[in-house]
Amino acid sequence: MTTTRTTRRRATGRTTGAALGALGATLALAACSLSSPSPSVTTETSDTPGSTATDGTGTAAPASSITLVTHDSFNVSQDVLDAFTAETGISVTMVAPGDGGALVNQLVLTKDSPLGDVVFGVDNTFATRAIDEGVFEPYTSAALPASAEQYLLGDALTPIDFSDVCLNVDLDWYEENGQTPPATFDDLVLPEYAGQTVVTNPATSSPGLALLAATVGAFGEATSDGTGGWIEYWEKLRDNDVLVVDGWSDAYYVDFSGGGGDGTRPVVLSYASSPPFTVGDDGTARTAALLDTCFRQVEYAGVIAGAANPEGARAFIDFMLSPEFQADVPGQMYVYPVDSSVELPADWARFAPLAPSPWTVPAEDIAAHRSDWIDLWASKLLA
Amino acid sequence: MWTLAVVVPLVFLAAFFAYPVAAIVARGFVANGALDLGGFADVLGDPRTWRVVAHTLEQAVAGTVLAVVLAVPGAYVLYRCSWPGRGLVRGLVAVPFVLPSVVVGVAFRALLASHGPLGFLGLDRSFPAIVAALVFFNYGLAVRLIGTVWERLDPRTEQAARTLGASPARAFLTVTLPALGPAIASAASLVFLFCATAFAVVLVLGGQRYATVEVEIWLRTTQFLDLRTASVLSVIQLVVVAVALWVSARARSRGERALRLVEAGRAVRPLRPLRSPVDAATAALTALVVALVALPLLTLVVRSFRRDGAWTLANYAALSGTGRAGGGGSALTVSVWAAAQNSLRIAVDATLLALVVGITLSLVLSRRPRRPFARRAIGALDSAVMLPLGVSAVTVGFGFLIALDRPPLDLRSSLVLIPIAQAMVAIPLVVRTILPVLRAIDPRLRQAAAVLGAAPGRVLATVDLPLALRSIGLAAGFAFAVSLGEFGATSFLARPDRPTLPVVIFRLLGRPGEGNYEMAVAASVVLAVVVGVVMTTAERLRPAGTGDL
Repeated sequence: MTTTRTTRRRATGRTTGAALGALGATLALAACSLSSPSPSVTTETSDTPGSTATDGTGTAAPASSITLVTHDSFNVSQDVLDAFTAETGISVTMVAPGDGGALVNQLVLTKDSPLGDVVFGVDNTFATRAIDEGVFEPYTSAALPASAEQYLLGDALTPIDFSDVCLNVDLDWYEENGQTPPATFDDLVLPEYAGQTVVTNPATSSPGLALLAATVGAFGEATSDGTGGWIEYWEKLRDNDVLVVDGWSDAYYVDFSGGGGDGTRPVVLSYASSPPFTVGDDGTARTAALLDTCFRQVEYAGVIAGAANPEGARAFIDFMLSPEFQADVPGQMYVYPVDSSVELPADWARFAPLAPSPWTVPAEDIAAHRSDWIDLWASKLLA
Repeated sequence: MWTLAVVVPLVFLAAFFAYPVAAIVARGFVANGALDLGGFADVLGDPRTWRVVAHTLEQAVAGTVLAVVLAVPGAYVLYRCSWPGRGLVRGLVAVPFVLPSVVVGVAFRALLASHGPLGFLGLDRSFPAIVAALVFFNYGLAVRLIGTVWERLDPRTEQAARTLGASPARAFLTVTLPALGPAIASAASLVFLFCATAFAVVLVLGGQRYATVEVEIWLRTTQFLDLRTASVLSVIQLVVVAVALWVSARARSRGERALRLVEAGRAVRPLRPLRSPVDAATAALTALVVALVALPLLTLVVRSFRRDGAWTLANYAALSGTGRAGGGGSALTVSVWAAAQNSLRIAVDATLLALVVGITLSLVLSRRPRRPFARRAIGALDSAVMLPLGVSAVTVGFGFLIALDRPPLDLRSSLVLIPIAQAMVAIPLVVRTILPVLRAIDPRLRQAAAVLGAAPGRVLATVDLPLALRSIGLAAGFAFAVSLGEFGATSFLARPDRPTLPVVIFRLLGRPGEGNYEMAVAASVVLAVVVGVVMTTAERLRPAGTGDL
């Protein structure tokens, strides 16, 4: 008996030994595989901070580097970014840890140990929260165009671009059904437009929150007992059979009649810049934005407090205001440059006019009431 | 050596899972430098919390029960019986497991919406729709976990029962089902964890009305920065998961014992639906389930070949580009193929990591020490390795950000973190795939080999390995698939210059632009095909040159 037990114990001992050997070997292998450069790396601006990436044109090695923290919709043309590196000698590493909301919250959580040097993508529905938490270092760029001054929120953030979140209508649908499309918020609650609108949830989608803010701007605050003002309007919308879904993609591709699927609702929540994407072979857009229903979202950049390279961060903000970057913005991110002197893509001029007077709500009001609004909205609309 | 085998995987799990999660949860309980547990009273006193917990449990239990009940006949037809085309169907049912849930959510809604092909059922954005999606995702997993044990169950035990006069039903209930018990419990606990933490699909198909704890944690953390509530909810989620794991461990341990295992293939016999009513019934049911699983997949395939109402290959051709954005810009930073390459490379790393840690853990967990303390410790470890599946990806992702932020572990923007995060999700699957087989090996086989003079390494090579090899192959397939499809934790670590396939699919879906949606669907089909091929190949891994056991 004793013999058997000893044998077994020894057996398991060596078994484990072999397994651990394998563990070490595999970890080494995995490390190899991770650290070996991927074929695409060489064409990218930079990979690791301080790397001496060249872009193949013989540009000098960057003298320093910055880390840009941004949201998952950020995009810039590679050649525009390469030009920045060539001009300033600063290479850029990007991290995009989530959507706009997640981005701000991560900045707040990591303020003692910053994620990077410069942030882009904080919008006016989240900005005040981040400013109050002290995650930015003040910076006012000398490059700020006059047309952008209206969007300033103190000296912590620099406006870079903006977009109008608006209801869009499917023009083809209205033509086929012989109806005049709605034009205003008030139209949407009329009986003839019952069951035609699909919007997104303000708790789970940023356009949804923008629409909620637009109705706050249009109809005023609700009273303290949760009636009147904007919530009364939403109750009328609900009674007129509005459909609320949770994400832009299923609203647009599943429920909207103009989204390429078999949707049945001709009114959808999207952007003023969406119609150019529905331009058909005949050269006209099949959808249009309702410019009386828009909320203006402004996106900001800021120097992160405690940045390792604040100088580089400031240089990057100046770069984002440069004509080259500003002109790149519509094509890459579906938004309008804050510099109004920059030329827009041809389709935009025709099919993506801006709202002449979008609904506005002060950023600090949004920061202060966001949770209450969403809770009240959810209790009435999702019950 | 024993100690090391326990310590190494534990250190790995502690550093990359327990510590980050504890760090972020602790943040929620500290206000102005002092411990504040008042959040518990507030959150537990809010009826909404209980509604959310109830939703979570209802969905997870319904999804689990349905998936497992359907998987038992499925496992019989797909693993115990042989018939032409079996391999293809096995690959097919494995595919949903890794599809990006946003894509599946949209595909499901397109089927169920009032104007969709199944609109007449009136299930759009309803509880049954969510449960159906959960079954869709997890059916293949359950079938595999049960099937791979079943196909090696010695048929002679059941034959003996039949010879002694037991009816087929009685023989199944008293002989086969108890033998499958641990595998079924194993499958059920995994499916439960996947269902309880389902996120995107719940959001798309049910919306906030059917919010689960996972959805609430995401909302509170990423949208409201209400860490106090999020932390309480994370603790509640952990309690739910711990209870579920305890129940399943009890169910397993009661049934877990040495089984008579035979080489795969020896127990398998042809499917005879014409002669056996059991075969006919199980085959019919499985055909129905497979058809229901295939329907959303087919919808995706069809949509991937269509643009502007015409049949086309343009969506696939577009994968070598970067999508469209306004004014001639592009929707992506790299082409879909480049992202697929990133995904494959990361998946190799994640699979290796998951296999090494998972196999080491399985070897430890398969021992049956005599000391009660050691036995209890193994029991606890057995449940603990499952926890990564039961904790929200948001919690883990945010935990990484605040916990791994100082040297030597400042990995927040490191590419190494992505395979590690994915391996965390894969390790429980690896353990649950390999462990039942290791535990089912009759210890007398090893003893006999040792007594006959085999060195311990040889015992491992001739007894454990041949029996476990197939499971290891299957586990590798699972780990690879999990890594390819993982989105939650990856999205928090994403580097725009090195996106994975699910990340680019998500980005394409979120950007208006002609053909972007169709491109996202085509990319999903590519992902599905890769996974189908990997899973089918992985389970073909057979012991080389093993004779009769």
